[in-house]
Amino acid sequence: MELLAFYILGAGAVVTAVMMVIHRNPIVSALNLIFTMFCLAGIFVLLNAHFMAAIQILVYAGAIMVLFIFVIMLLNLRGEDWPPLTWKKLLASFIGILFVGYSLIKIIGIFRGSMLPVATPLPEDFGTTRIVGEKLFTDFLLPFEVTSILLLTAIVGAVMLAKMKIDKG
Amino acid sequence: MVPLSHYLILSAILFTIGMMGVLIRRNVIIIFMSIELMLNAVNLTFIAFSRFLNNLDGHIFAFMVMTVAAAEAAVGLAIVISVFRNKPTVNVDEMNIMKW
Repeated sequence: MELLAFYILGAGAVVTAVMMVIHRNPIVSALNLIFTMFCLAGIFVLLNAHFMAAIQILVYAGAIMVLFIFVIMLLNLRGEDWPPLTWKKLLASFIGILFVGYSLIKIIGIFRGSMLPVATPLPEDFGTTRIVGEKLFTDFLLPFEVTSILLLTAIVGAVMLAKMKIDKG
Repeated sequence: MVPLSHYLILSAILFTIGMMGVLIRRNVIIIFMSIELMLNAVNLTFIAFSRFLNNLDGHIFAFMVMTVAAAEAAVGLAIVISVFRNKPTVNVDEMNIMKW
């Protein structure tokens, strides 16, 4: 049952990710990426990471992707045509696929032969907001506070850059 | 029960798709989205290891990665808008001069 859910969500994530990369229209790409984020949130739930799944949807699908779609609409982007396919590109992609396939087989072989940790029974409240929050505000308090400075810098930087008027001279 | 290797292979596949997006697409918005996809693949690895090692530190790390991704998206898109105002293009091959 869990394996079936994993395969459905994983296949959804991979297919939409490929669609995101190959689609000509940026808006369709963004919507496909949102679907990938949702599939990954489902996989996080399978991994008992309930808080991270909620954050994934809120922050990625809710905030970052809205920003992307806003910018695509602001710039009024249309679909672009693919550049023409030449023999050189075909040869290059063939060699690339060869290398990627070889590395994938190698990686799978490494996983097969290695001693990866196996699933152990988890405590009842693993990954809930309460436990993650407690850890965030005790053991990881300093990184958490530094994060706020990072976000402040990002806000100021984004506003400055988007408002900046550059002299054309 | 899904073994850990399945999660790691899915994460590797998603990371590779994101890397292909950065390499083959020339639209800067698509490149940004591919970077987000790669960060997500890394988050999946963190959370999978966190669950299988029975340790919550991976969740915190994924949380920090998401914060950095948000900041990066905000600043990056602001840069795209600011470049677009000077030269109306989103093709990275045409954004090759730093001064007008």
